[in-house]
Amino acid sequence: MASPLLDVRGLSVRFPTGSPVIDFGFHIEQGETVAVVGESGSGKSLTALAIMGLLPRRAAATGTIAFRGVDLLALPEKERRAIRGRQVAMVFQEPMTSLNPVMTVGRQIGEVLRRHEGLSSAAARARAIELLDLVRVADPHLRVDDYPHRLSGGMRQRVVIAIAVACRPSLLVADEPTTALDVTIQAQILDLLDRLRRDLAMALILITHDLGIVGQWADRVVVMYAGRKAEEASPHELLAHPVHPYTRGLLAASPRLSAGANYRQGPLEEIPGTIASAAGEPGCPFVPRCDLVQPSCRVAPPPLVELGGGRLVACPIAAVPEAVHAS
Amino acid sequence: MNRRRQMLKVVRRTLLQAVPTVLAILILNFALLKLAPGDAADVMAAESGAATEETMAMLRRQFGLDLPVLHQFLAYVGQIASFSLGFSPRYNLPVADLIGQRLPVTLLLMVSALTIALVIGIALGTAMALNVSRWPDRILSVVSLVFYSVPGFWIGLMLIVMFSVKFGWLPSGGSESIGAGLTGVDAVIDRLRHLILPASSLALFFIAIYARLMRAAILEVTAQDFVRTARAKGISEASVVLRHILRNALLPVTTLAGMHLGGILGGAVVVETVFSWPGLGRLAFESVLRRDFNVLLGVLLLSSLLVIIANMIVDLVQAWLDPRIELR
Ligand SMILES: Nc1ncnc2c1ncn2[C@@H]1O[C@H](COP(=O)(O)OP(=O)(O)O)[C@@H](O)[C@H]1O
Ligand SMILES: [Mg+2]
Repeated sequence: MASPLLDVRGLSVRFPTGSPVIDFGFHIEQGETVAVVGESGSGKSLTALAIMGLLPRRAAATGTIAFRGVDLLALPEKERRAIRGRQVAMVFQEPMTSLNPVMTVGRQIGEVLRRHEGLSSAAARARAIELLDLVRVADPHLRVDDYPHRLSGGMRQRVVIAIAVACRPSLLVADEPTTALDVTIQAQILDLLDRLRRDLAMALILITHDLGIVGQWADRVVVMYAGRKAEEASPHELLAHPVHPYTRGLLAASPRLSAGANYRQGPLEEIPGTIASAAGEPGCPFVPRCDLVQPSCRVAPPPLVELGGGRLVACPIAAVPEAVHAS
Repeated sequence: MNRRRQMLKVVRRTLLQAVPTVLAILILNFALLKLAPGDAADVMAAESGAATEETMAMLRRQFGLDLPVLHQFLAYVGQIASFSLGFSPRYNLPVADLIGQRLPVTLLLMVSALTIALVIGIALGTAMALNVSRWPDRILSVVSLVFYSVPGFWIGLMLIVMFSVKFGWLPSGGSESIGAGLTGVDAVIDRLRHLILPASSLALFFIAIYARLMRAAILEVTAQDFVRTARAKGISEASVVLRHILRNALLPVTTLAGMHLGGILGGAVVVETVFSWPGLGRLAFESVLRRDFNVLLGVLLLSSLLVIIANMIVDLVQAWLDPRIELR
């Protein structure tokens, strides 16, 4: 069996103040889209930064992040830099601040091409125009000389995407690429990412806190809670039969899904409590917010249980067959 | 290009706006000087030790000091309007010539001091920020705090004591060796040797300011999202720092340096006095003591023009460095 494009195992990220990512893992195949879902503070961005090798200096990452069979965490910085931006690239959450305000759009795109493909500045500029066209920026030959402040948020995110795909990476990490954008533009950007994934044969890690978008865009969904994997399934399975109480809560709190899936009347349900409420406790981090707590939940975090069909759940109720399809 | 036309517009507008500003400054300066007790005749009389009422009245008439103040002012403005700064009886020279002699040495001192301060301040600030909270940062922070808080004249005196008196390496005053008849390279080196101590003691304070501002600016810029975008391209750390961080962190420092360029004449008075540097600062200081109002007004007029021009340069440089600033 060929190894997956990216295989994250036992990833922990530690700060002097705590461990926001604990024993996290998932894999992604060539050309696949995997969504990583969880509310704000669950450790999604830190996971993305760990894959990129861009964690803050005070953070220590352990575990393995195998890219094409090579553990990125074991590579020296120089070799990681050769991969970064070329084979593995990233799109960030805040398009308004993700571009250098004193550098033209064309030079910011060209920079990555000059670094990895050794292009001259004229050739890099020509390629930048092509890339702007590829990400559907109108009048690319004019926009190439613009500074970012002249562009809207959606346009800037397209430029950030152009930078990320400039060297045709085989893996693109998109960290909440549409969270800061208008709803109408969100769909356009997600469409763009999906089209690029197909055309450039990339794998896409789509990080989001919005379960509502995973059904349409993802091949697989990983639900993350307080730095751990809570559940993993195909979007169809997950939306139809969520198992983990946290996934069910997320679903009930998601406007598009709860209305469509359950024809529910009345207000959206909110998961009570906050993600920080179990910090420092030994057991499952979801205990303070869970209404199905078992005695074992307070002792240690429940292990991931395989339910067949690639489905994983870190909750003892997964062992109760009727619970799985009861919701 | 469009941008160049905008810049020309800024220059033209600044010059037009300068006229009322300069007039207001003239009125203010004139009024302040008239409020100060004593005039040139008093000073001359005091210096000569014995002067009769008649000689003083004669002096006043000669200098036009016996006329009503408004009359004096209008006469002065009329003079300025015909592009003359008047005459200094003390130096027996037209004021314009006097300033023309002193301005180049002062500009030399100011520009070298600010250049030294910018180069060293930016370098120190960068070194501090890149080593934040490690020992180079801590040591340099203390050093810059010392430079910042010690007065310039004291630093000047200490430099003289050390490098002129104790080691005898550098001259303690003046802007060139008088009567040495140096030419060519020797003359340039002689000038440089005279320049080092006054320029350094003027620069130290500004080094401290620029270093601290640069450090803060780099730390702020480093935390911004676009730096992470740059790192995600896989470019070297040196490229990240040079192309992305420094370029942005320089913006506040250049703004401040431009403002200092307009105001540095004030600091030059002290340093020029300590180092007997024959510049405008000392000329102004001596004219105050001698109530030589024509000279003083000329110097003040010139320095206000300097401020106006420096501000305009700041605007243009900023617009050039920061595309977000629209020239209006
Ligand atoms: N630089 C940091 N220092 C200390 N803790 C951090 C740092 N960055 C993030 N964290 C912790 O990690 C948690 C998860 O962060 P993050 O990965 O950004 O979450 P998400 O992207 O899922 O919203 C945060 O709630 C915070 O407590
Ligand atoms: Mg995040």
